[in-house]
Amino acid sequence: MATIDSHSSESETHDEHGHDHDHPAWLAHHFDTPEQQFDSGKLGIWLFLTTEILFFSGMFCAYAMFRMLRPEVFEGCSQFLNTKLGAINTGVLLFSSLTMAWAVRCAQTEEYKKLVVMIASTLSCAMVFLGVKSIEYSHKWGMGLLPPGSYFYDEANPHPTAQQIVDQHGFSESTAYFLTHSLYYLCAPFALLLIGVFAWLVWAKVTDNKFQYACAKPLLVVCLSFFGGVGLGMVLESGGGEHTVAHVDGDHGAADAGHGHADHEHAEDAHAAETHAAAPALDVESDDVAMELLAESDLNTGAKAMLEAKQAQTAMASGQVVPPGVEADMGIATVEKDVQTKRQAGVFFGIYYCMTGVHAIHILAGIGVLVWLLIRAIRHDFNRQYFGPVDYVGLYWHLVDLIWIYLFPLLYLIR
Amino acid sequence: MSTAITSRDPGYPTDRENYLTNSSGILSWIFTLDHKRIGLMYLVGVMTAFAVGGLLALAIRLHLLDPEGWMFTGAEANNIYNQVFTLHGAIMVFLFIIPSIPAALGNFLVPVMLGAKDVAFPRLNLSSFYLWCFGAIFFVSALFSSGLDTGWTFYTPYSTTTDTSVILATLGAFILGFSSIFTGLNFIVTINTMRPPGMTWFKMPLFLWATYATSIIQVLATPVLGITLLLLIAERTMHVGIFDPEFNGDPVTYQHFFWFYSHPAVYIMILPAFGIISELISVHSHKHIFGYRFIAYSSIAIALLGFLVWGHHMFTSGMSSLTTIIFSALTFTVSVPSAIKVFNWLATMYKGSISLTTPMCYAISFIFLFTIGGLTGLFLGTLATDLHLHDTYFVVAHFHYVMVGGTLIAFLGGVFHWWPKMVGKMYNEFHGRIASLLVFLGFNGTFLPQFVLGSRGMPRRYATYDPEFAFLHQMSTYGALLLGCGLLYAFIVLMASLAKGRRAPANPWGGATLEWACTSPPPYYNFERPPVVGDPYDFHNIEWDSQEEKYISTEPERKLVPEEQPAEVPAHH
Ligand code: HEM
Ligand SMILES: [Cu+2]
Repeated sequence: MATIDSHSSESETHDEHGHDHDHPAWLAHHFDTPEQQFDSGKLGIWLFLTTEILFFSGMFCAYAMFRMLRPEVFEGCSQFLNTKLGAINTGVLLFSSLTMAWAVRCAQTEEYKKLVVMIASTLSCAMVFLGVKSIEYSHKWGMGLLPPGSYFYDEANPHPTAQQIVDQHGFSESTAYFLTHSLYYLCAPFALLLIGVFAWLVWAKVTDNKFQYACAKPLLVVCLSFFGGVGLGMVLESGGGEHTVAHVDGDHGAADAGHGHADHEHAEDAHAAETHAAAPALDVESDDVAMELLAESDLNTGAKAMLEAKQAQTAMASGQVVPPGVEADMGIATVEKDVQTKRQAGVFFGIYYCMTGVHAIHILAGIGVLVWLLIRAIRHDFNRQYFGPVDYVGLYWHLVDLIWIYLFPLLYLIR
Repeated sequence: MSTAITSRDPGYPTDRENYLTNSSGILSWIFTLDHKRIGLMYLVGVMTAFAVGGLLALAIRLHLLDPEGWMFTGAEANNIYNQVFTLHGAIMVFLFIIPSIPAALGNFLVPVMLGAKDVAFPRLNLSSFYLWCFGAIFFVSALFSSGLDTGWTFYTPYSTTTDTSVILATLGAFILGFSSIFTGLNFIVTINTMRPPGMTWFKMPLFLWATYATSIIQVLATPVLGITLLLLIAERTMHVGIFDPEFNGDPVTYQHFFWFYSHPAVYIMILPAFGIISELISVHSHKHIFGYRFIAYSSIAIALLGFLVWGHHMFTSGMSSLTTIIFSALTFTVSVPSAIKVFNWLATMYKGSISLTTPMCYAISFIFLFTIGGLTGLFLGTLATDLHLHDTYFVVAHFHYVMVGGTLIAFLGGVFHWWPKMVGKMYNEFHGRIASLLVFLGFNGTFLPQFVLGSRGMPRRYATYDPEFAFLHQMSTYGALLLGCGLLYAFIVLMASLAKGRRAPANPWGGATLEWACTSPPPYYNFERPPVVGDPYDFHNIEWDSQEEKYISTEPERKLVPEEQPAEVPAHH
């Protein structure tokens, strides 16, 4: 790598004259000074990060609202998320933040070799993250822990075969095949990428193209890291997966007490008969108190309506007359306790996939720009006066990490 | 060097300098990074969108000529009507009004007014233009696939169940949102970091203040629209259960999300218009703007307050009474800064020497129409009256008074004001003024009856109506035809100027902001060196030269260096 310095020398020109037309190559023509260029970029990236935060804030709001309206669903469902995998991913991202910050430092001090190593490490961490995430996703897809439109989790048979998915849940064969084999689908693009980069490496070696060889080498490691992540995830998931389900069985079987009610979506709900009567019931009364507290707030019309509906139901059950305008049959009161159904658990997973999915898309975008940085770093584009791009990408990367730092406790930990 | 820094008449640009001609060929436009060319391409783009949206509007009005529907016939008539008004609204809002002033005029003007060579991120600027084009393509493809009939607001649950191309259209709006964000981001950075030496914040032209405030909203509000539309797409494709009640979602949440963007968005539309009007009123009254700081601060105040009032669109959607009261009270506060501006403009005109040029005609129309639009907003912000007026033609009239009577009129005023600078040609003043009068009359003819219709209970978005409303609806339709003629007339005036207009001098109106200090059209580099900055509204030294028929600067000689230490200056040069 160190032998490549074709581009570095011209960009060293310093603009000591402060003349308009003696810009160094890296200073855009419409800027007067490197400081002006750097400050503009910095302000620009901060504004962009603000938009990113606002972009996510919509989902955080949705999360907060649904959590407030249906706390028991979130409690019940977050247990399906594997805390170990989440924690590993948190650690991986934190470490990548370190390497990223280090990369910025290396760019400033013009330590090119180290810069490349740092960027490549950041990239590898990103890939490990995605690898682990693929395990998490594919595992849940196979179990039917999906958004409400396609949710089919069945506690009696948490890992159905493709045929069972078709027969019992009415999915098409190809969808069922996809759901049970989703890990292959998730890995396929990365496998192709790996092969491509490997071919590139060989080609660069054969044609003796030093620059391309220097690019392909770290990228090969980066691609391999994805599979490292997958392996890591597999090991941890196989240890923890069953445990998670069992855990749910024990603590939240109560949630199933009313399994039959709301699952009217499928006709042949053979499993509705499954009884979990023995499981300790959720404290219904204390829940009512919570609902009353919520309904006290004038802002919470939802809770109010629910409470009214409930009261009306009890009133009707005891033969009293219900005042006009109060709907006893809002459908809410009956499904409320029924955590593991399409309509309830599905919403948790809807939010879960939206948030982590959009976050994963940001990781992918980050990988894209980091690869671009890597190539520029190998080209020795940066120097002590011009390291803006590394700095900006670094800030973006920290934000993506930070969002995960919020997602992890909100989705995995809070119970 | 002499100590005089008079910005004398810069004359005319040579072909090699002129930004329109310095390079040629289609590729030199497609890949241009010059903010002026990008602005011009945007201008062509938004005008095209406006023409499409306008034709759809005429179709709506023609359909309403008859209580049973006139324009569309057959079993599908009502469906077609739904699609036409939806596309009209969506195209006008997302493709025309939001990018019109900031992206088209703003792109051209912001760097020139700053005396800068370009915006801070020229590539980002070009990419936001192409994002705009992509978004437009998505909209058009929605039009040609199965249409769209949700209204421009895409309310759930209808938007998750209708079988029209909601996904294409929302993807289009999503992309347009990013175009808008990038433009706003670019302008904030440009204004922050590229002001010339001497231009403090309070020496900036008010158009820049308005652009700055607009950009803040674009950056802070648009991402929320982005995620809302993304979640809507997810809802439609995967049923994630956030907005769709069938899957336990909450449609009112959608409305909150949507209006959290779309109310601030109405200020994205109107703030730059305020900026244009501040320039126009001052320049054409040849009088220093009154209450500069108040106008500047009120732009920022509107930008920030505008984030707190979105709930006034949902008074009838089932919010608690406490919430509605809070939103209603906040809504009233927004009208304060708007009123401040109107009073300051009137005070600027008072005792000014007003030239009734075409741009000034539009500016005066604007004050008149925007005031009506803003005041009727207060009726809608009042809970008791809104319960009656919500979703009637009164709302339609209100927002057309602010969006068409406000933004569109200001946009036209701005185009006529800066046209000589952009293309280097003068248009025919007489015909320009006639066109503006037609627009004014046609506009009032279209929308004044709608206030009456609405207050009498005519609901919006209906394809047919009770015969008792026929007269007012017909009046509105004839007004719309007149408005269409006026706009066409204005367009012809501009096009005719390209063919046979007089060559424009550098400063045709006697403005004091920096764009008038460079040639018309400006050279591709705008200014050779950062220009000297003075008060942008000080017209004392700008006089009409009746022989040459142009304004000239008669600035007295100013000393660069204070008198006390004269020795050093000549030593250098
Ligand atoms: C000056 C203060 C303003 C106030 C107090 C105000 C108030 C309101 C209120 C309360 C509504 C909701 C009516 C309803 O649906 O029942 C409304 C609707 C609307 N306003 Fe305003 N407004 C103001 C200015 C503006 C401006 C400047 C614009 C745009 C340039 C604008 C554009 C709109 C639009 C587009 C709608 C209707 C949206 C729809 O339902 O499709 N308003 N306004
Ligand atoms: Cu509003």
